[in-house]
Amino acid sequence: MNKLSITNLRVSIADQEIIRGLSLAVPKGEIHAIMGPNGSGKSTLAKVLTGHPDYKITAGEVLMDGENILALAPDERARKGLFLAFQYPSEIPGVTIANFLRAAVQARLPEGEELEATDYYAKLYEKMDLLEMDRSFTSRSVNEGFSGGEKKRNEILQLAMLQPKYAVLDETDSGLDIDALKVVAHGVNSLRGPNLGVILITHYQRLLDYIIPDHVHVMVQGRIVRSGGKELALELEEKGYESYETVKDEIGEPAMA
Amino acid sequence: MVKEVSPLEIERNVGNFAYPETHTHDAGVGLTEKTIHYISDIKDDPDWVREFRLNAYKTFMSKPMPTHWASKDLEAIVFDNIRYYLSGGTQPKRNWEDVPDDVKRTFERLGIPEQERKFLAGVEAQFDSEAVYSNIKKAVGEQGVIFVGSAEGLKNHPEIFRKWFGKVIPTGDNKFSALNSAVFSGGSFIYVPPGVKVKHPLQAYFRINAENFGQFERTLIICDEGSELTYMEGCTAPKFNTATLHSAVVELVAMKGAKLQYITVQNWSANVFNLVTKRGIAHEDAEVKWIDCNIGSRLTMKYPGVIMKGRRARGEVLSIALAGDGQHQDTGAKMVHAADETTSNIISKSISIGKGRATYRGLVHIPKHLKNCKNNTECDALLINSTSRTDTYPAITVRGTGNSVQHEASVSQVSAEQIFYMQQRGLTEAQAMSLSVNGFVNDLVRQFPMEYSVELKRLIELEMEGSVG
Repeated sequence: MNKLSITNLRVSIADQEIIRGLSLAVPKGEIHAIMGPNGSGKSTLAKVLTGHPDYKITAGEVLMDGENILALAPDERARKGLFLAFQYPSEIPGVTIANFLRAAVQARLPEGEELEATDYYAKLYEKMDLLEMDRSFTSRSVNEGFSGGEKKRNEILQLAMLQPKYAVLDETDSGLDIDALKVVAHGVNSLRGPNLGVILITHYQRLLDYIIPDHVHVMVQGRIVRSGGKELALELEEKGYESYETVKDEIGEPAMA
Repeated sequence: MVKEVSPLEIERNVGNFAYPETHTHDAGVGLTEKTIHYISDIKDDPDWVREFRLNAYKTFMSKPMPTHWASKDLEAIVFDNIRYYLSGGTQPKRNWEDVPDDVKRTFERLGIPEQERKFLAGVEAQFDSEAVYSNIKKAVGEQGVIFVGSAEGLKNHPEIFRKWFGKVIPTGDNKFSALNSAVFSGGSFIYVPPGVKVKHPLQAYFRINAENFGQFERTLIICDEGSELTYMEGCTAPKFNTATLHSAVVELVAMKGAKLQYITVQNWSANVFNLVTKRGIAHEDAEVKWIDCNIGSRLTMKYPGVIMKGRRARGEVLSIALAGDGQHQDTGAKMVHAADETTSNIISKSISIGKGRATYRGLVHIPKHLKNCKNNTECDALLINSTSRTDTYPAITVRGTGNSVQHEASVSQVSAEQIFYMQQRGLTEAQAMSLSVNGFVNDLVRQFPMEYSVELKRLIELEMEGSVG
């Protein structure tokens, strides 16, 4: 029950199948890294899990703590505790981070209950300190004019504020220099615990030096082709994905995680 | 490839209610000289006003509809089907208790008496053709401020009224100013004596309750030397199946060093043709500022203007237009520089939803002989759906060497990715839309008075909430 469970998922966009029978189970309290070459469908998986309207699910199911979430609207999934740290977060001109997050936190309260402003700001500042973000950030418009590193920090700030049950981090390391990477990793590590399950999508092993995963999965051509412990990441770093890509056409049945 | 965001449909329930008509005075359907005499008789007009009306009627009849540039939708107005005067009496009450129950209930539902208690210096409430309530706080009246209906203004204060009435906007300015001049009823007359700074806003609320009806209020505001005033007007009407016409004329005069701010929050229902002429004259060192917010109506054509007549006069128009599905907001500004060192500023933001259409028309005129005049124009349009439409028609004539003008325009669209991003944070589609739109107008709304920005934010939320499928 206490897991995010994906079974035999098949997903298409414009008649092209991107995810081709993927299964994966992420229990609460664990961090699962998904690694794979460009175009393997990693980001598609992130978007499909959170309900992006572009994709067509042709088979399979996704259960969050036992509940099928594929029929739910994106905002319903979010309020039930599923979070996505976007690879390319959208800009929202004129809406400050403070107001945006406040609306998001408010959306999780029971109807009629008003968010206590002082508590909210206390928590916001605490999380910003954790991510070494200047307080002036709260009055900037969401992601507008942000550097790549600032955008990623802002995603982790939202993760910290919204306290989801499951989080998908899509290429959170891309576009970060080593100092920013350490700050972001520190933020994620501080949220680690028995109440959070994480899918960490990354192209490079580098991030996994700072966020140590419990499991590593290799994704190629819309399937998980191999799963292992954290040492698998090092092997991939050394040997690359070629060996998997050469065998991909021979894989008849999807590999199970 | 992103999915099309489903078109929003406008639900406007705030003002969508009507009580049965109990008018004792009804000019009937259609417009003839007899209608004019009926109105003049009921209102006991002085002879010069009756004559003014009759002349205006002739001008109205002789003027063509503005067809070459305006929307074809204007042709849907059938002047013969409209009722031009409806009232339950011509004397406004000074106490809410004395206002007839159904009318009082209407304004209570719209929150007017409550606002009066909270933050206003005076209120006038117009129901169809006449004000039913008019009151100014004692302290403000004692400063010599006059705040009455137009009929009382022209009878009791002719020495001020006649000097400016029809001078800022002549009868023949356009077909609809002529129509208003012929059948005008209601609206405010305000005079602020020299040096008096009215701290709290005066407010007028215009309510249309009747079907097939035309509301033609006439407002004249004079701020004498060095005085200051903020005036707010609000408007609503119930949703009827037939077209309703609202055609006001508003004339503002800011004498030397005066500051006059005129705020409109219009929330007409989708059957109202809103064709309004608004203009101000700013004398030396004076400032006229229009804050104009157009939500609702079927077609709005409104271009508040400022004639900067004295040196260093300033004119400003800050406007927000929200065109819902099937609505057309044709709005803008006119800035006429007529003295040296005058400055004008136009900031216009429009939002088009579904098949809604927002049009910006701006006129800036700086003639050759003037020096050191400046204009800044910014117009930004936000499109919610791919079926939404926006057009910009700036007409800027700047001659001479020492004058400067700056014009910026932008069009942006709420993207499906942006909405998805917000939904992923737990906001519903409607909340996400509302937040986007509020963000788009935010830098402008911040310049509005507090009470007004709160009201506007609430209206935008109402437009968006429950409007997504």
